[in-house]
Amino acid sequence: MSTRDWQVGQDLPAQTYRVTRADLVRYAGASGDFNPIHWSDRVAQSVGLPGVIAHGMFTMALAGRALDTWAGRTGSVIEYGVRFARPVPVPDDDAGAQVVVGGTVRTVGDDRVEVDLTVTCGGEKVLAQARATLRRER
Amino acid sequence: MPVDPSFTGRSYPPSQPYRVGREKIREFADAIGATDPAHRDVDAARAQGHPDVVAPPTFPVLLTMAAGQVAIEDPALGLDYSRVVHGDQRFSYTRPIHAGDELTCVCTIEEVMSRAGNDFVTLRTDVTDAAGQPVVTAWSRLVARGTGGGA
Repeated sequence: MSTRDWQVGQDLPAQTYRVTRADLVRYAGASGDFNPIHWSDRVAQSVGLPGVIAHGMFTMALAGRALDTWAGRTGSVIEYGVRFARPVPVPDDDAGAQVVVGGTVRTVGDDRVEVDLTVTCGGEKVLAQARATLRRER
Repeated sequence: MPVDPSFTGRSYPPSQPYRVGREKIREFADAIGATDPAHRDVDAARAQGHPDVVAPPTFPVLLTMAAGQVAIEDPALGLDYSRVVHGDQRFSYTRPIHAGDELTCVCTIEEVMSRAGNDFVTLRTDVTDAAGQPVVTAWSRLVARGTGGGA
């Protein structure tokens, strides 16, 4: 796929990502974010969460991965922003949580394209006002 | 104690330069499951026009989160980090980060606001390369939830 072919209003193929506790531990190590709400049920529940939740930046990274997949290459994102609307609870089992990333082409210009992202977990929006601008291939 | 709005516009001294390594980019790409060979293979990255392996879009958070600590931990700002949640995040890229980059961050408090007992702080981090050229700017909006006392 290439941004050259995108049309306004086009729905980009939804990407589904499975997130397990092991993924959160790996992300904590790679990112340096060791906040215990992302690996300890005890700490997460002590601050009123149902249990361990994914790093917001991990969810944002997954949606960024979808952008690169749709663009057919990495390095073409020039603006990318999200609001963290709801936490993504990650149960301590093999199934984990499923994050679904959808995208709709908002604008197409000569050298850039804008995408509205829809990022959900269990049918609920976990990122809001999620939008990106990518360099359009000529 | 609410945050001090007079901190709006305050900048902190530049961070120590961060040297971006190929292995760190590969590790981060593995952690988020990113499969583009340009994250791992120098030849694949060069074939796409990059000088070296390329970082995924949210990689800058490794630097900008660390750079933001200086503001978050500034006792004079008065942000209660135990109550802080990450509200919004935005990146504006001049170019992608690649291995070999030596990056410096300058953190600025762009907005400080209290509303309905909650404190909002927006940090902007400007990331530049060894030549002083802009690479990426990140904005993080932090929200310190009120304790319910209506203060």
